[in-house]
Amino acid sequence: MANWAWFHKWGSPRWFYQFSGRLLPWLAVPGLLLFIGGCVWGLLFVPPDFKQGNSFRIIYVHVPAAAVAMGAYMFMATAAAVHLIWRMKLAAMVMKVVAPIGASLTFLSLVTGAVWGKPTWGTWWVWDARITSVLILFFLYLGIIALHQAFENREAAAKACAVLAIVGAVNIPIIYWSVEWWYSLHQPASIKFIGESTIHPTMLRPLMATLSGMYLLFGWLVLLYTRAEIIDRERNTRWLQDMLLTDRPADSAERGA
Amino acid sequence: MKRMGVSAVFVAILRRDLRSALRSGSEWANPLLFFAIVCTLFPLGIGPDARQLALLAPGILWVVALLASMMATDSLFRSDYDDGTLEQMLLSPMPMYPLVLAKILAHWLTSGLPLCLMSPLLAVILQMPMSGVPVLVVSLLIGSAILSFIGAIGAALTVGLRKGGLLLSLIVLPLYIPVLIFGSAAVKSAIDGVVYLPTLALLGALFMLAVALAPLAVAGALRISVDQ
Amino acid sequence: MATALEIRHLYSERDERVLFADLSINLRPGEILQLAGPNGSGKTSLLRILAGLSSRYEGDIDWCGQPLRHQWVDYRQRMLYFSHGSGIKPQLTAVENLRWSCAMRGQAVTDGEIYAALDRVGLGGFGQQACYTLSAGQQRRVNLARLFCIDACFWLLDEPFTAIDLAGVAEIEHWIAEFAEGGGMVMLTTHHPLAIDRPVIRVDLGGGIS
Repeated sequence: MANWAWFHKWGSPRWFYQFSGRLLPWLAVPGLLLFIGGCVWGLLFVPPDFKQGNSFRIIYVHVPAAAVAMGAYMFMATAAAVHLIWRMKLAAMVMKVVAPIGASLTFLSLVTGAVWGKPTWGTWWVWDARITSVLILFFLYLGIIALHQAFENREAAAKACAVLAIVGAVNIPIIYWSVEWWYSLHQPASIKFIGESTIHPTMLRPLMATLSGMYLLFGWLVLLYTRAEIIDRERNTRWLQDMLLTDRPADSAERGA
Repeated sequence: MKRMGVSAVFVAILRRDLRSALRSGSEWANPLLFFAIVCTLFPLGIGPDARQLALLAPGILWVVALLASMMATDSLFRSDYDDGTLEQMLLSPMPMYPLVLAKILAHWLTSGLPLCLMSPLLAVILQMPMSGVPVLVVSLLIGSAILSFIGAIGAALTVGLRKGGLLLSLIVLPLYIPVLIFGSAAVKSAIDGVVYLPTLALLGALFMLAVALAPLAVAGALRISVDQ
Repeated sequence: MATALEIRHLYSERDERVLFADLSINLRPGEILQLAGPNGSGKTSLLRILAGLSSRYEGDIDWCGQPLRHQWVDYRQRMLYFSHGSGIKPQLTAVENLRWSCAMRGQAVTDGEIYAALDRVGLGGFGQQACYTLSAGQQRRVNLARLFCIDACFWLLDEPFTAIDLAGVAEIEHWIAEFAEGGGMVMLTTHHPLAIDRPVIRVDLGGGIS
C-alpha cells in the first residue's frame, strides 16, 4: 500500500490546494514568457512565407490552441476514468474545470482558423477534414458542459459527465478517422493545402515556444480553476476556513505574484 | 423455486418490451411519421427538380433517419424510470449486460427496423435512383442498430433529468457522425456504381464495437441516473 | 439467531445537508423495523442505500457477516425492494407484469403461482386485464402481489400503505407479521402507526433510536 500513498495524497483536496498554490507561479511565469515571447518572435522576426505572405503567422496561436484543445479532451477523459474507478473527488473537479477551458481553446482555434482561411483560401469556412474534426470536438465539449449543468446533484453530474467523456474519448479516434475518410472521398484532386512537413525551421522554433507556452498556461488555468472549485465545495470544512481566515496576507501575496 | 438462465431473462425482457410497444402504438408509429413528414419537407424547401433531389436523396434520407432514431431513443428508458420498473431491472441479480442488450434490441425492433423498411418508399419520393435502394436498406439496418446503441447511452445519462429531450440530441449527435458518414457514403457509392461493400464492412465493424461496449456504458449510466 | 443485516456508523448527506450520521442498526431474521421521521429525514435515502440503488454513503453494511459489496448477487436474490413507483407497466396485464418482475430476479414462476399471489391481494379475477383499466388502489395491489410471488427473505418497503384502503392496510400489516413469523425480515417506512402483534423496532431518523 505504501506506493499508493502519493495517490491518496493527490486525491486529498486539502493537500492539492496547498501544493498547487506553490506550483502556480512556476506554470504562469514560464508559460506567459514562452507564449508571449513566441508570439513576438513569430510575428516580428520570422521572415514572411513566400506563398502566404504574412497571413501564416496566425499559426502561432492557431496550432497551439488546436493541439492543447485536443490534448485537454484526453486529459479530461483520463480524469474521468480516475474518478469512476477510484472515486477520487479531485478528479471530478479537474474534469469539470477542463471542459470549459478545452471548449474555449477549441473555439479559439476555430476562429483563428477562419481568420487564416479568409486570405489563404478566400473563404471563412472550408469543410476540410481537420477543421471539421475540431468543430466536432467543440460540440463534444459543449455536450459535456450541457450535461453537467443539467444535473442538480453534483455527484451524479460528475459521474454522468465522466461516462460521457470516456464514451467520447473512445469515439474521437473513430470520428477523426471517419472524417478524414469522408474528406478523402470528396476532395477534388486539384486543391492541395500546404502540408505540415514543408514548414521551415525558422518558422517552427517560435511555434514550439508558443506550443509549450500554451501547455503551461493550460496547466496553470486548470490548477487555478480547480482551486476555485475546491473552495466552492469545501467551504464548510474546517481546514479551508482556517486557512483562508489566517493566511490572508500569504494569499494576497500569492495573487500578486 | 426454479431459476431462470440468462437467455430466458433476455427473452422475457424482449417479449415484455415488444408487447408494451405494440400495444401503445405511438412508440413505433411516431418515428415513422416523423421520418415521412421531414422527408416531405425537403423537396418543398429545395425545389422539385428531380436531378437535384436525386443527388441529395442519400444524404437527406440518412440524416432524417438518424434524427428519427434519435427522437425515438429518448423514450427508451423514460417510462421504465417513471414507473419504477427500471429499478427492478437494476436490482436484478443477473449480469446487466444481457438485460441492457435485450432492452436495446427491443427498442431497435420497434423503431430502427420500421425506419429501414419504410426507407425504400421515401427513396422513391425523393427520386433516388433504384440502384441505391438495396444498399440504403442494408446500410440503414446496420446503421440504425449502431444509432440505437449510441443513443441508449445518451438516453441512460439523461433519463433522470426533467429536460432530457434536447440535451440528449446535444450529447448524442456528435457521436452519430461516423455512422452517418459511412452509411450515406455506401448509398452514394452504390448509386455511382462504385464498390460499396468495404464501406458496409466498416459499418459492420462499428456495429461490433457498439455491441461490445455500449451496453456496459448504458448499465453504468443507468446506475448513475437512478442514484441522484 | 445471528444478525443478518448489520449497519455500522452509516453517514449520508444530501445537498450538503446531513441526513443521518453514525447510524447503526442490526436486523435479525423475524424482526420488523419501522423507519420513522419527518419528510426529508432520509427514510427513502436509507432504503435506497440498502437496496443498492444509492452509493452515496459512508460506513459499513454487512450482510450475513460479510461486507455487502462483496455479495451483491446473493443479496439481490434475497432482498425485495418495494419503491414509491407504481412498479407496473399500464399496457400489460397483471400476470404479464408479475411474470416480468419474477424474471428480472431470475425466478421462473408458473401461472398458478401468479394467480395465487393475485388471489391473496384480492385481484383473483383481474389477472388478464390490462393494468390501465384498474384503479390506483388496484394497481398498487398488483405491485404488492410481488411480495407473494417473489422468493425473498428481506423486504424493504417504502410507504407500502399509500393508496390502500383501511381494510387493505390491516391486510398488509397481517402479511408483514406473517412474513416475519416465518423468519423474514422487514424494514419499512410509514407515517401510519403500525398495529402488528409482534415487536416492532422503531428507528427515528429525525432523532436517535428509541
